[in-house]
Amino acid sequence: MTENVPASDETARVEAAAQETAREDNPVLALLRTSAGRNAGLVVALLIVCVVGAITAGDRFTSSDNALTILRYATTVGVVSIGMTFVIIGGGIDLSVGAILALASVWCTTLATQQSAQDSHWIVLVLVALAVGAGCGLVNGLLVAYGGVVPFIATLAMLASARGLAEIISDKKTQIVQVPDFVDFFDREIVGIGISVYLFALVALVAWVLLNRTTFGRRTIAVGGNLEAARLAGINVKRHTVLLYVLLGICCGIAALMLVARTSTGSSTHGQGYELEAIAAAVIGGALLTGGRGSIVGTVFGVLIFATITNIFVLNNRSQSEQQLLRGAIIVAAVLLQQRLASRNSKT
Amino acid sequence: MTRVLLQMTGIVKEFPGVRALSGVDLDVRAGEVHCLLGQNGAGKSTLIKVLAAVHQPDEGTLEWDGQPVSFGSPQAALKSGIATIYQELDLVPDLSVAENIFLGHELSTAGFSQRHRANRTARELLVRLGHAEISPARSVGSLAPAGQQIVSMARALSRDTRLLILDEPSAVLDQEGVANLFRVIRGLTAEGVAVIYISHRLEEIRQIGDRITVLKDGRTVATGLAVAETPTADLIKLMTGRAIEYVFPPRPSVAADGPVVLDAQDLSLAGVFGGVNLAVRAGEIVGLAGLVGAGRSEILETLYGARRATTGTVSVDGKQLRRGSVTSAVKAGVGLAPEERKSQALLLDESVSNNITVSSLAAFSRAGFLDRGSERTQSSKLTASLDVRPAGVTRAVRTLSGGNQQKVVLARWLLRECRVLLLDEPTRGVDVGARTEIYQLIRRLADSGVAVVVVSSEVEEVLGLADRVLVIREGEVVHEGPATELDESRVLDLVMEGKVA
Repeated sequence: MTENVPASDETARVEAAAQETAREDNPVLALLRTSAGRNAGLVVALLIVCVVGAITAGDRFTSSDNALTILRYATTVGVVSIGMTFVIIGGGIDLSVGAILALASVWCTTLATQQSAQDSHWIVLVLVALAVGAGCGLVNGLLVAYGGVVPFIATLAMLASARGLAEIISDKKTQIVQVPDFVDFFDREIVGIGISVYLFALVALVAWVLLNRTTFGRRTIAVGGNLEAARLAGINVKRHTVLLYVLLGICCGIAALMLVARTSTGSSTHGQGYELEAIAAAVIGGALLTGGRGSIVGTVFGVLIFATITNIFVLNNRSQSEQQLLRGAIIVAAVLLQQRLASRNSKT
Repeated sequence: MTRVLLQMTGIVKEFPGVRALSGVDLDVRAGEVHCLLGQNGAGKSTLIKVLAAVHQPDEGTLEWDGQPVSFGSPQAALKSGIATIYQELDLVPDLSVAENIFLGHELSTAGFSQRHRANRTARELLVRLGHAEISPARSVGSLAPAGQQIVSMARALSRDTRLLILDEPSAVLDQEGVANLFRVIRGLTAEGVAVIYISHRLEEIRQIGDRITVLKDGRTVATGLAVAETPTADLIKLMTGRAIEYVFPPRPSVAADGPVVLDAQDLSLAGVFGGVNLAVRAGEIVGLAGLVGAGRSEILETLYGARRATTGTVSVDGKQLRRGSVTSAVKAGVGLAPEERKSQALLLDESVSNNITVSSLAAFSRAGFLDRGSERTQSSKLTASLDVRPAGVTRAVRTLSGGNQQKVVLARWLLRECRVLLLDEPTRGVDVGARTEIYQLIRRLADSGVAVVVVSSEVEEVLGLADRVLVIREGEVVHEGPATELDESRVLDLVMEGKVA
């Protein structure tokens, strides 16, 4: 092929060749750079975690009941992580997801526990949670897109305010849900699997389609990949950024409903540490913190890996603190690995 | 006879599948300005990277000051006295001039920086460079590009540099800056420092160069040519292998009563430009000529809505655009190919196809769902008709050469079938062969009824391509007329007028 390429493509060839040299270094890294290869790597990582679980906890880990426990735990943080993936691909970050979740849980359970609302329909609860999530996301998005506040600061402020508001509304008390229809709905199982697992799968499926098959997804990648180019290409980047944060806010609302149903409570302490776990899941799944790249399938694996590790710690009676320690290490390892992959990619 | 400072013989550098350098010879004498000429892709950048030890050569020898050497790392080359000033200056904008000069080899005692000594030494270096007016304590970010370049050179001199490599130093400078640069270079060579000077501008080489080495396709085709004795025509022949001029497509006559597509009335942007009236008819190419910083790019960006005009209106086909709204401009059928292709136009890691369709996503979607098959078919058709190489719309845009990347940007607006096309430096970083294709493409677009506005720093390009030319000086239109009534020297007169006095 090098024979009949005209001289004008010299540069292209040199660049392509230079890239190939950079890629030759390590076949494993080269494989991990392709999306199929990365997903395969995540499957392997998940299998390794499972083997560790089987060895250390034996039957208690391998039982199908335990698998369902892992899945059920994964659903709430999973839905948040999927929303987070969109925001990260779009070049942003959201530290307030846990706080938004707490606020949504408190707000909707407050309505549901008030005397006058005793016999209110469960749909009210659902709508309130989603509206609170979307509203907080809207504030984040407006601050970032139109206010020019960096995402880190805008959402850090939201983190503090939303949790504060949740404490005020609930008076720092745990609120018990008294809407039987709602709890019953989430208690339902289809072929032995809880409804929240199906809900998570549905969110993931919709998200995958949204990212890979719609204009919204393509624009998200463009906005995160090169903001200026996206703007000059005629994409309304500000509106799109707002939509991304609203989308994540709605995901927090959905996650809040799942958590409220699972625990039958709303509390201002719900969702603590979710921001870290959601960002970590997205990054492990291949999302680039500088934006422009990420994968829903990858994020789902990231969530499952974290949920399984948590489960193994619980089964082995290890402390929460040890768990935190390992989590931090995993995140650093994932980012280091990703930077090695990315830096080779962008070299010209 | 002056001493030979550097002697490179038979340098070969291979990347898998391509020989970037296949036998380069270069000898540089102390105290001379040695010019390196060659088209894009001839191997100039690779060669200076070998010299700066960023790349290691696969074959060939390097003699430094009479001794065979091999530099293991860029630091080793620096230590021996070889300093490179790349096109993109590597300065830290928030540090002071002195801090930048001594970055990496700070003057310190037991870890405490000796700021006074650093400032004093920096001042001496700046005086030596003839720029005593730059204060060592000033932050580099507040300096103009010309000043920043001086700081880079001071940094090189702070290390006892004996060979200074300048990669297209004039690209960021205006006429005056170039004159200053030349004064500095002459001062350095008088002290015995050797300079390797890379530039595309032959007239600069005439002024500053002593000898010339010409590279073509990774080979030295001529070395040690005395500048004074080599006619320009010979140099062009050596660089291209044929004697060529830029070939511009013929101009069909524009119907004088053709409909006005783009109409800007009294457009201004506070502090940048003012009172611009511009009407472009269907099928017409209007060129904006002027110096860098005269406001040419800003006019384009304001027409496009990427900058919010202070006064004035822009209409397309009689419909007024919303001020400061790119979305409104794009909807009305305006397209922009911006100056900085990589940072302003392309999603480098995305495919060619995705880059072409990014402005027309709505046309490929039903209820928000993309028809990816049709995206690819349409993109393939366009890339085939524009002869984008290598073919294949799924490869990442990053792997394409400058000219082909530019074609991808043009394809984006072709796909939208836009009414107005704004082109900012459409051939920057594009080599000679691909330039001709891009000129033809632009003319073809105009012939299909598009109104085109072109900005270019190369007067020859504006005159050759445009039907009508607006000359911009310091944010004002100082001349407007048919391109055929102007020549290069007249335009330069207009551009410079008032600046001299």
